[in-house]
Amino acid sequence: MAAKRKTVDPAVAEQKLAKLTPRLKDLEARVAAETDSKKRQKLMAQIVTVEEKIKQVKTGERMTRQQKRDLIAYSFIAPNFIGFAVFTLGPVIFAFVLAFLKWDGNTAMEFAALDNFMEMFGNSRFTASFKNTIVYCIATVPMTLAAAIGLAVVLNQKIKGRNFFRTVSFFPYVASLVAVAAVWNMLFSPAKSGPVNMLLYNVFHVAANKLPKWAASKDWVMFTIVLFSVWKNMGYYMVIYLAGLQGINAELYEAASLDGAGSWQKFRYITWPQLQPTTFFVTIILTINCFKVYDIVYMLAGGSNGVINESAIVLVYHIYEEAFRNWNLGYASAVAMVLFLLVLAVTIIQFRGEKKYAN
Amino acid sequence: MKGKRQHEKITKIILYGVLIFISLLMLVPFAWMLSSSLKLDKDVFIVPIQWIPENPQWQNYVKIWTKIPLAKFVLNTAKLTIIVTLLQLFTSSFAAYAFAKLNFHYKNVLFLAYVATIAVPWQVYMVPQFMMMRSFGLNDTHLAIICLQAFSAFGVFMMRQFYQGIPDELCEAARIDGMSEYQIYGKIMLPLAKPALSTLTIFTFVNTWNDFLGPLIYLKTEAKKTLQIGLRMFIGQNSSEYGLIMAASVLSLIPVLIVFLALQKYFVEGIAATGVKG
Repeated sequence: MAAKRKTVDPAVAEQKLAKLTPRLKDLEARVAAETDSKKRQKLMAQIVTVEEKIKQVKTGERMTRQQKRDLIAYSFIAPNFIGFAVFTLGPVIFAFVLAFLKWDGNTAMEFAALDNFMEMFGNSRFTASFKNTIVYCIATVPMTLAAAIGLAVVLNQKIKGRNFFRTVSFFPYVASLVAVAAVWNMLFSPAKSGPVNMLLYNVFHVAANKLPKWAASKDWVMFTIVLFSVWKNMGYYMVIYLAGLQGINAELYEAASLDGAGSWQKFRYITWPQLQPTTFFVTIILTINCFKVYDIVYMLAGGSNGVINESAIVLVYHIYEEAFRNWNLGYASAVAMVLFLLVLAVTIIQFRGEKKYAN
Repeated sequence: MKGKRQHEKITKIILYGVLIFISLLMLVPFAWMLSSSLKLDKDVFIVPIQWIPENPQWQNYVKIWTKIPLAKFVLNTAKLTIIVTLLQLFTSSFAAYAFAKLNFHYKNVLFLAYVATIAVPWQVYMVPQFMMMRSFGLNDTHLAIICLQAFSAFGVFMMRQFYQGIPDELCEAARIDGMSEYQIYGKIMLPLAKPALSTLTIFTFVNTWNDFLGPLIYLKTEAKKTLQIGLRMFIGQNSSEYGLIMAASVLSLIPVLIVFLALQKYFVEGIAATGVKG
């Protein structure tokens, strides 16, 4: 420490002390007069700071103890925070500004006020993508929820090979999307020879001309996408439900058994109500994830050049095509704001709900 | 008593029936992938389906390496995934320590910056982020993907939550013993945080390995592409080479399968922990 100590200039120190001492006295007087405990705490904290500063002036050390502690803490945060601030925080702020600008990435930006938002409502691809995103959400959320809760209840029983079954139902979630979408596209091939259509034709005797064209038909494409996303993601939500199930008191079931309740009654009157916080949380996460959908649609409906037509286009794809194909950056950001508002609305519901379920 | 036992037996049978049906639903696409990867293109759609090909085309797995620069794609993806995962683990666990165990000025303001961005999906700010990266000259570089993935708020959040469960007295005792904060982090917190680190590892690994939109936007040169983009490109160009597509798909699943089976416990626990607490 001695090395860091600089020679104390008595005149400067005197001057600083003359300023600091009255401040300390003033603060102490205010603490004595203050009754509100919160304000009192704040004043106390200020007193500590001033006292440290006085000590610093007296000893001539370069930094107070708190400053040193701050510096250590910042050194912990810096590696992540600098990256985070530059690559996330900055762009987030920029995104809000960009929505009100006109910019193609090369020429100068122009202020566009609400033009981008006005343009949106006249664009049929925007309206289609908004509608499809909502439809996708409304179809996917309840189906995934039902599949996940059913799977979790079954896999929570005491059975042999439970871990094997859990692993199996979870694997589609971690498997790479490109690979599984490739298989899915072949299984659901629109031709009569596609394995799923073959099954429909041979086993369920669906007439050859009525066989669905799946992702190739504008009436079936959304259904195919929803089916795929339920299949791929239900394992993830199942795991959340399994954790929720483990939190239910076993005595409840014992009591219900004594009263002669059957499996369905137990589910209806114990499991389902007890899982309500979990269901709420899963619904929120699921809805937000549905709003962000992009890659599934791209793989299943994108064709070889990746262009999606109006029967399957979703918001994120619309942002992507406007930004990176048409270089309409301001407009793309305005669409992104719509996406943000949707997610924000769900997040606000989440905060409200968390307060409710916290008690 | 006998009636009850019989009833239980029937329930068990139904239960297993349901389970086997679900497992089939989950596994059939993968089985079909594996079986088709060993077939000639013309045999893929033959009815009835041959689950075990009579004449396995092992050369599909050889041909695919020369048909597209698959080795290059795998190498690129592996490089990105490893760097991102290491950076994520180090910077998040480091920053989270300060947020969980130290008191400093502007702690709440800084943390609020993380909280606020968690509610903003990446898709909302990917456009300005791309323009910024481009102005840094990072377009079409791997560095862009690394910068994009390595500093997520999620990692800091998760690690902070875990550290908060470790008693403060442990740190206090270490401080009294004269340990510096860096030593406390390295010698006490990190070893205790192994479960959380494993969870973060598997999440980051799987996310980076499977990421599609990021590389799609940033990587233009073929030699820089990742496995996912490369595979998608191959499917787009040769949509009728079923056998090869399936062989490449099988290969792309192997690393994730290995990591998943090895760290599955942490994955499941991690989802459960972040899921239930929110």
